Parts: sequence; C-alpha cells; structure tokens
Amino acid sequence: MNVMMLLEMASQGFGDRVAFTNGDESLTYQELFDAAGAAAAEIKASGCENVAMLDVSSLGMPVAMFACAWAGIPYVPINYRLTDEEINALLDRVTPAYLITSPDRVSAFTDKENVQVHAREDFLAKAKSGNVLEEPWSMDQEEIGVLLFTSGTTGVPKAAVLRHKHMVSYILGSVEFMSAMEEDAALVCVPPYHIAGISAVLSSVYSGRRVVQLPNFTAEDWIETARKEQVTNAFVVPTMLARIVEIMDEGGLEALASLRAIAYGGGKMPLSVIEKAMDLFPNADFANAYGLTETSSTISILGPQDHRDAAASTDEKGRRRLISVGRALPGVEVEIRDDEGKKLPAGERGEIYVRGEQVSGEYVGKGSLLDKEGWFPTRDAGSIDEEGFLFLEGRADDVIVRGGENMSPGEIEDVLLEHEAVADVAVVGIPDEQWGEGVAAAVVLKQGKTAEVEELQALVKERMRSSRVPQLMVFWDELPYNETGKLLRRIVKAKLSE
Amino acid sequence: MAELKAGTRVKSAVCATEVMVIAAPGGDVELSCGGAAVIAATETAEGGSVDAAHAEGTLLGKRYVNEAGDLELLCVKPGDGSLAAGGEALVLKEAKPLPSSD
Repeated sequence: MNVMMLLEMASQGFGDRVAFTNGDESLTYQELFDAAGAAAAEIKASGCENVAMLDVSSLGMPVAMFACAWAGIPYVPINYRLTDEEINALLDRVTPAYLITSPDRVSAFTDKENVQVHAREDFLAKAKSGNVLEEPWSMDQEEIGVLLFTSGTTGVPKAAVLRHKHMVSYILGSVEFMSAMEEDAALVCVPPYHIAGISAVLSSVYSGRRVVQLPNFTAEDWIETARKEQVTNAFVVPTMLARIVEIMDEGGLEALASLRAIAYGGGKMPLSVIEKAMDLFPNADFANAYGLTETSSTISILGPQDHRDAAASTDEKGRRRLISVGRALPGVEVEIRDDEGKKLPAGERGEIYVRGEQVSGEYVGKGSLLDKEGWFPTRDAGSIDEEGFLFLEGRADDVIVRGGENMSPGEIEDVLLEHEAVADVAVVGIPDEQWGEGVAAAVVLKQGKTAEVEELQALVKERMRSSRVPQLMVFWDELPYNETGKLLRRIVKAKLSE
Repeated sequence: MAELKAGTRVKSAVCATEVMVIAAPGGDVELSCGGAAVIAATETAEGGSVDAAHAEGTLLGKRYVNEAGDLELLCVKPGDGSLAAGGEALVLKEAKPLPSSD
C-alpha cells in the first residue's frame, strides 16, 4: 500500500486530464506521474533522509509529495509563516534534509548544515526533465509517508507520523475512483502544510478532479479565480468563508454559477456565516468536515442534506445541527468518554475518541497514543446526539474547573451566541482566589447592535446554572484566530487574566 | 494461495489485472483471475490465456466482493480476466457516494 498507487491508477485511467493548475501553469496526471518518478530519482540520489517543503502551494508540492512516496522518504511540509528561527528548529529535527523552498528564501538556508536547499523552480525543472527512478515504490504499508508538524498552539510542535496505510485507507474509505467529471475543478486555498492541503491532493488525484491552487488567499482573488477557472468545488476554513460571504454580499453572484459544492472545516463555523453562505449560494452543496492531522484528515461530515434539513428545521434541536460536524465516515468510529475513559451516553459532553484504519495517533519520539483497542484520544471535547451527530465543544484542556465543577467553554458560548446582538464569543477560565478558576467571556457584538453585560449574564443564569455566569465580561472588536480559523484561546485567556 | 492481508497486491497470471486486498477473511483464500491462480505482484507470469468462462474482465478503480462480504479487492490495473475466490465469482461492489470534504 503506497499513495503512489493512487497516482498510478489516475495516470492509467485518465492520464491526459489536467491534474493541477497554478496560475498559467499546469500538469496532467501523466506528467505528474513522470515528474514524481524523476524527482524520486533526484531525491534518492541526494542521500537525504527527509524532504522538507517550505513554500506556498505550487506545482512542486504534489510532485514532491508523490516523489517522496516513490523514493520511500518522508515528506515534511513546514509552515512558511514561521520565522527563520522557528523553521531552523524544525529543520534540525529532520536532517539530513532535502529542502525545497521559494527562491527568496534559498539564501537563508544555504549555509545550514545537513540541509540541501533547492529553489522550487529548479526542483520542478529537474522533475520535468530527469529520468524516472527505475526501482518501483515500496509496497510496505508501514512506511512513513508524511511527517506533519502540529500547529503547536499549546507548546513545541509535535511531528505527527502518517504512514502510507493511514493515507491510503482514508482515500479508499472516502473517495470513489474517477468520480469527478472532466470539467470539475476544486479551488484549494488551504495551506500546503496543513493536513487538509495534503488530503486535498490525494482526494483530487483519486477522484480525477483538477486542483486549482490559490497560493495566497484573499477573498477577491478567490472569487476571481473561481470565476476564471469555472471552479465547481471549494474547500475553505471558516474565516475565509466569512470574508467571501462579506464580499459576495456586495454583489457579483451570477458569475460563480459553476460552484456546486463548498466544504469547510478547520475551526468552528459561526452560525451567522454558514446561514449567510447558504443564502448566497442556494445551489451549492455544503459539507462541514471535521478531522485532525493525526487522523489523516476528515473523520466526520455534515453533508449537504444535513445542512438543508437543519436550515429548514423549525425546532431548536434540528436547527442546532447546523453547527454540528456531522456523522462519522464509514469505517470510522467516534465515541465520547469521561475523564476515567468510560463511554458516555448520547448528549453528554466529554472527550472525543476515534478509531479507524486512517487513524495514526503517532508522533516522532513519543510513539503511538492509540490504546489497546485502537482508540485515539483527540483532546477535543464534544458530544454526540441520539442520531449520531457530533458537536465540538473546544479542546478538552479548555475545560474550566470552578470550585471543583467542570464546565466546558463551548456550552456557555452557545448560550451567549443565541443573543441577537452577539456575533462571536470566547469563554475562558481565569485565575480566581475563591474558586480556583472563574468564568470570563470576550464578546464581539454584531454591527449596529448593543447589549449590556447584565443582560448577557442574565441570559446565562436563566439557561444554565449560576456557576456558569461569566464574572468578567468584556467587549472586543474581534477575537484572535490563527490562519486556519482556530480560535487562539490562550491569547484570550492571557488578556482576560491580566 | 496463502492468507490474504489488507494492503497485499497480487496480479493475474494470465491477463493484465492487478488488485489490492482491501479486506480478507482469515485463513487461506484461493484467489484466481481469468481462471488461473493469482501470483504476487512482484512475480513474472509464465504465460497462458484467460479461460473463456472467466473472461468478463476487471475495471480500473472498481471494487470486487464475495457474497459473504468478507473479501474485498480493489482493481488497480484492469484486465480481461474476471476474479473468483474459492471458485465463487466475485461481483462488482456498488459505490456509496459521499460528499467531497477536501
């Protein structure tokens, strides 16, 4: 089992189709296959043990990823937004490394020991002109395909290990071969160092859907590219969709008629944004995907029909499904457990555990975190309703312990979000002399709306126990999010603890 | 034929078909394609031709299952022979469409 098998099938089945487009350049599946083979020879000859990719999305990305699979060398994408110092620290963990980067960054790493640095264009030129590696790729499904550094929002980034068996299982379990039409095109703007960027490459190759890369996201470029390339499918993170919706709301809709499906994930989608998006794109199928780096991407999906049902629902419970991350993929099991690891019944909040062939749960130097039965503790908190819909409630570590009582920020946030003036809210625990921890909230109000602290406190008191009423409540213009739409709770916590 | 394991790749001895095992029951499975026992993907076929009784062909990217549902193969290279396990012809598995999430 090797991800190269997916590309081999694609090149056999529809070799002449365009696989990737970036600006004016493109590669067909056959060209991608051949380039991967030549790049594999180049990488293998270098003697390096890892291939690091420090770049925005480019045609070099799929070439390098498949070349690594062919050569049997781990592919290590690195966040290009990091500082040189942070990047150097990560590179030191994967030497001797073959580093591919943008031309302007080559000089910063030229003198680095045990690192061979190559500009993206030089790498691509070699891949397009060289001879394909004669040795076939390994069939060993235990071989490491990708090492992916986690975002490290809570500490030093961990290097998650994704083996070929995890990635191939994910694709075979979620994508039907050649299911895309020749004219289909997916606009991919998630960063290439994110698991969604990796899985987008694999899914698209296997389905035969052309990928249009958008290296630097702006809502204007996204709309322009979607129009120019007749994009049919798109994946965005919540903050991107919020920006797109804002711009689209000002006009120019007809020209995006080709867009049939919009998938999103990577962070919590505000209810107001998804509702607006569904209004603006009435013909598009929406899918909310939840997954982790350690699970080779998506483990649950709220599908198009789920979106329509929830939007049309008249009762509160049905309507709430719009903020659910849907049900587990076939072949994936999800359950909620308490602190002692005991499975919880429907509706109760606890930690999300996941099991399936695509689940790795392994880190370099730490080994596998899977338990004896193969379950991975995600450290995400959540609940599952009677019909199997999963709701996220933040990180398990975000739990506020006030006077011995555990409370999840998510449940308090959900209540506050029901207030008609509240656009966004973050609830965190702050140090409290009497209770150990106290509840604090940073609230963003909708434009032109007002609300008093007292009335918001009263809302929480009315709906929940009084212990959950935020003792400190401040109004901010916006909340801090990272580039993939994850709320930076530690920043909110630090500010509110001052 | 030895025990089949998920991830194992085998090929037909008499046509171009190659399959990867997605799921297999424990114990030995007599897997054949085109009427002849399959061989390891790394082996070289000795020649021979597809038995006319096993010549419906395989399709790239399609999955083939037995009636019990405990054997599933993915066709990674198509050919003229058709697949069978222990004499039972394998059938095409219907695809269940999922929304694209990435």
